[in-house]
Amino acid sequence: MEKTIVARTGNEAMAEAMRQINPDVCAAYPITPATEIMQIFSSFVNDGLVKTNLITVESEHSAISACMGSAASGARTMTATSSQGLALMHEILYIASALRLPIVLAEVNRALSGPINIHCDHSDTMGERDAGWIQIYAENSQEAYDLLINAVRIAEHRDVSLPIMVSTDGFIISHEMERLEMYPDSEIQKFIGEYKPNYNLLNIDNPITVGSLVLTDYYLEHKRVQHEAMKNAMKVIPEIFAEFKKVFGRQYDFVENYKCDDADYILICLGSTAGTSKVAVEELRQEGIKAGLLKIRVFRPFPAEEIVKYISKAKAIAILDRSESLSTQAGPVATEVKAALYDAGKIIPMQSYVYGLGGREIYVDQIKDVYRKLKNTKISEQVKYLGVKE
Amino acid sequence: MAAPKQSAKEPVKFIGGHRACAGCGFPILLKQMFSSTKDPVVIVSATGCLEVTSTIFPFSAWKVPFMHNAFENSAATCSGVEGAYRSLKKQGKENQNIKFVAIGGDGGTYDIGLQSLSGAMERRHDMLYITYNNEAYMNTGIQRSSATIMGAHTTTSPAGKVVHGKTQNSKNLTEILVAHEIPYVAQTTVAFWQDATSKFSKAFSIEGPKFINALSPCVPGWGYHMSQTVKVSKMAVETNLWPLYEVENGVYKINYKPKERMGIEEYLKLQARFAHLLKPENKEIVENIQKFIDWRWEQLLKKEEMTNKK
Repeated sequence: MEKTIVARTGNEAMAEAMRQINPDVCAAYPITPATEIMQIFSSFVNDGLVKTNLITVESEHSAISACMGSAASGARTMTATSSQGLALMHEILYIASALRLPIVLAEVNRALSGPINIHCDHSDTMGERDAGWIQIYAENSQEAYDLLINAVRIAEHRDVSLPIMVSTDGFIISHEMERLEMYPDSEIQKFIGEYKPNYNLLNIDNPITVGSLVLTDYYLEHKRVQHEAMKNAMKVIPEIFAEFKKVFGRQYDFVENYKCDDADYILICLGSTAGTSKVAVEELRQEGIKAGLLKIRVFRPFPAEEIVKYISKAKAIAILDRSESLSTQAGPVATEVKAALYDAGKIIPMQSYVYGLGGREIYVDQIKDVYRKLKNTKISEQVKYLGVKE
Repeated sequence: MAAPKQSAKEPVKFIGGHRACAGCGFPILLKQMFSSTKDPVVIVSATGCLEVTSTIFPFSAWKVPFMHNAFENSAATCSGVEGAYRSLKKQGKENQNIKFVAIGGDGGTYDIGLQSLSGAMERRHDMLYITYNNEAYMNTGIQRSSATIMGAHTTTSPAGKVVHGKTQNSKNLTEILVAHEIPYVAQTTVAFWQDATSKFSKAFSIEGPKFINALSPCVPGWGYHMSQTVKVSKMAVETNLWPLYEVENGVYKINYKPKERMGIEEYLKLQARFAHLLKPENKEIVENIQKFIDWRWEQLLKKEEMTNKK
């Protein structure tokens, strides 16, 4: 297949994916650093490049509310947001997943206030990890582009029917120019196919009631069904990824295994830090340290077995969390990996770190130091802060 | 516009079995609304009495498509429904002629949903927003809202020993909607069948955003006998507390001018929420309510005069 090689920022890549997906409806509200996605997309709309009805709402709360109305009415629906915007959507995110509406959200990770900050960390999406949305973290522009396209298929799959968010690291990816391989519009359209909704509010002849009051007699059953849908997503995601590979040639999985097979020391992280860590792994290997990296790409559903499979032979593990749960224990990634290991009957020394909050830079040397400490110093039960001024 | 006799013959779209209180205002309002159009209607509702009494899973009282999302976002959700319809219609995937109605109580409209409503009206979605205004948060147990009138006892503005009910006047939401310069804004109430149905009919015939503020008496919240809903609704108009008027493209029309407006005390006497105001020591509050009603009425008359000048 013909591929076009272009230079695009993460936001531009996501906007291009949205243009090619060509949704029926977009409802969005500007917020740094995701603003650009809808800004670029607005030009696509006004230049007649897409058929989308763009609803420029007055808040993120209304953005996701309008998206729900649209998706329930049989329209393929997308939005984009970041940080406070996602937090403002919080209440409605749970309703969107409960009503099984396959909305696709382009997310740009930014720290939550306070203090107010516009730079990258994962506190916004981690704050929504229990909202019943599928969550995918992209390492770079290419992943953001590819995964947003995959997201449409995953969300709309009959056995899944769940909303999905694909995120990039704010500024680090959203505003950084990278090489991007784009595929022809027609191929994207062919890959995503037509949206066939599970139900349609606009069906006048067969009227339905959406969003009923569900009391003690059926609420638990509703949640159980959502649980099953997430489990189905575990099966469906690799199927869609495999189909994507067949058509477009790029391989995706729940996680990315970067030299974990023979590694003594493995670092686990999400998003752009994986790119930095790969350099650290290469340099350490030249020094004779068997370093490996496991990047978690799909965080919801949580691929526990996949993770365990790659890390269970390591001598020690470091987990980098770009968000704080303020429980005095580790961040969300570390606690979930620990739970996965426990279920697998594995006890591996594990050092958890919190790093990069509010956009604090992370450097190759710092990551190398994390690996060296795994090898040379005693693992602490306490979570450590990386790169903090103390 | 459909006369009551005609509408009685039409298929019922909000069916019996719903769990609204006997004497509740909004089922009457829904009947008036449904009898005012032959086109299919899609309803988007805010959380509130109307929604919780009509959609208790696995039952539904709705014979038309109905969607509920949350408390503060019926207008935004309806924006998306109408937005999807518009997109699909443009693509030739939709060929029905559907009317979109967003509904909320006064809590979901005057207060928590005001931003969502304002946004939807400003964006000129083709929808009719109806508020069934019962002047307090009835669904959560009668708390004051910005639609609650001065002096009213609610559970968060109780008639106490020192403070005697709500200390503020109600917000004039109808005028806030007029300021949105949308094609049609109106006030009505359940007792005036012809007035209500003609307003719903007119609203349905106009393209773009429309707003109808309908006073909807509440038996437990207002404290009157369930047989008195129509009477209470009527008296709200006879006292000028709730003028029947409409604003079409900026031009005001008062639909009913009482020959002699009734004193507000007559209205207060009917309802337990005002019982404390009838004590001699609270005379001043009643006077203030009366003054405010008369002032608002004067303002309305001036607006009608001003916008009808040739």
